[in-house]
Amino acid sequence: MSEAAISMRLWRVWQRNLTVYRKTWKVSFLPPLLEPIFYLAAFGAGMGRLVGEVHYAGAAVRYVDFLAPALLSVTVLYNAFFENTYNSFVRMFYQRTYDAMLATPLTLPEILLGEILWGATKALIAAALMQALLTLLGLVSYPTGLLLPLYAVIGGLAFASLGMLFTAIVPAIETFNLPIFLFITPMFLFSGTFFPLDGLPTWAQRLAQALPLTWLVQAMRGAALGRPDPHAWAGLGLLLAMALLLTPIAIRRMQRRLLP
Amino acid sequence: MIPIRPSSKPSTANDPLGPEAPLPGRFLGGPAFAGGYGYEFMPSIIEAHELRKVFGPFVAVDDITFEVRPGECFGLLGPNGAGKTSTIRMLYGFSPVSAGELRLFGLDVRAELRRIKQRTGICQQEDNLDPDLTVRQNMTVYARYFNLADSQAAERIDRLLAFVQLDRRQQTPIQQLSGGMKRRLMLARALLNEPELLILDEPTTGLDPQSRQQIWQRLDELRRQGMTILLTTHYMEEAAQLCDRLVILDNGRILVEGTPASLVAQHAGRELLEVRQPDAAVREWLVAAGVALEDLGYRLVIAGEGVRELREALHSRFPALAVDLRMGNLEDVFLKLTGRDLRE
Repeated sequence: MSEAAISMRLWRVWQRNLTVYRKTWKVSFLPPLLEPIFYLAAFGAGMGRLVGEVHYAGAAVRYVDFLAPALLSVTVLYNAFFENTYNSFVRMFYQRTYDAMLATPLTLPEILLGEILWGATKALIAAALMQALLTLLGLVSYPTGLLLPLYAVIGGLAFASLGMLFTAIVPAIETFNLPIFLFITPMFLFSGTFFPLDGLPTWAQRLAQALPLTWLVQAMRGAALGRPDPHAWAGLGLLLAMALLLTPIAIRRMQRRLLP
Repeated sequence: MIPIRPSSKPSTANDPLGPEAPLPGRFLGGPAFAGGYGYEFMPSIIEAHELRKVFGPFVAVDDITFEVRPGECFGLLGPNGAGKTSTIRMLYGFSPVSAGELRLFGLDVRAELRRIKQRTGICQQEDNLDPDLTVRQNMTVYARYFNLADSQAAERIDRLLAFVQLDRRQQTPIQQLSGGMKRRLMLARALLNEPELLILDEPTTGLDPQSRQQIWQRLDELRRQGMTILLTTHYMEEAAQLCDRLVILDNGRILVEGTPASLVAQHAGRELLEVRQPDAAVREWLVAAGVALEDLGYRLVIAGEGVRELREALHSRFPALAVDLRMGNLEDVFLKLTGRDLRE
């Protein structure tokens, strides 16, 4: 192509999703505010009484303090991943929104980038809302807590591009069950979200260290507890690399799917 | 009503559907101009040269060559699977060209698709309006894809929604629109960038007769303003009404090309006899008389010279028989050339 395939026009796709989001923001705002309340009530008050304190990074930490940043990370994962799987698939396949966009000067790479940026934005909005609530509950330390929105964007980009790749390759919307059960649910449980990884056998620790959600949890927990993890930047770098690697693959697969 | 390029004639911009309004699009050259002395000085809007599309071993479009001139309405006709959709998808970059040349406005689709799309209005076959948005929001969001400034977009949206008679439905959710309204909105949306070429893929499929008439009126108005239109359809009536020139495709190849009238004259004959509910005696008599006929079972179609005399003869021989003399039409041409086998 002699024309550049990517221009700032990609924000027009992002803007379309924002327009739709603004129509339903009251509903969209509820889950990030309610979810932590449910989890903190169930795990914090319920489990916390059993567990009391956990040993994390050489110090004793209240279980609710340990749990809160993990909930933030899971919110980033879910918002970005589900936006760019189910919602993107509906736009791509059922609503033919991409077809309509492709009839304009927008290119397919711009459409997918706009979608991924939107997935990350949605993750940021949800994480920021949840962070505000957690701050009110005294569960976020500052000034390190100010890094959390940045981490939400980085994690959001990684999980959004992962979702977009699945959208490009799944034959039908039901197929999303497969990556969710094989990948998303195990990550949710085993990324140091609900218990510290230190106590696990070495092989299990290694396995957990390979999960992208672990990288985000570590970074966010360090920032929220006010004791930044020295390895956080490596994990965040890996998340960015994941986004940079998966996005072009998603674009190529989607090209094959929509523009045969 | 001037849906396109009001800036050249601001005084008529508010004229509601005035059929006598001046036609600012004329500078592109209307049909008369395109078909007349000067079009060789204007670049063709579409040039396809030995255009080919293959999917693995299957040849969907088999080296077709055609040209669409400024200001004309050009029809792409053919049964299902003839290659219409494959051709049109290559035109708007939904399908890479396998071989051959394809230029729009003199620009190669392989290299300058974005510039081509900036100047083209595309009305796809399937409804792809944005169901998450209202009528007006659909237009606003789409205008942003063309990087139109908000104020310019707002002015065009007002004008175009009035043009397709949806100005009273601006806040209506898409789900509440009828099929005809949706198609009109898609047409209005395709005109937002004030295109020089409008591509319509089966614009009236699935619409009731009233809605179809409305779309035809709008397209006719655009045509009179000098808009170049490429349209696919399998309604022969639609093609006959709208197209200045058309091709009939089958099995990926162009069978014929011409104006609707010339194709009818050449391939169907101006006058045809239709014999309804013929019995064995009628058939035997016609065969004995050496009349070439097309047997559709419940009716016979007879073309060629002397059909009027034949009708008299049939009348006197079989007084009760229903024999109609009618004009040949594009449907006769289409069925004659593409056969009567069902395409699925």
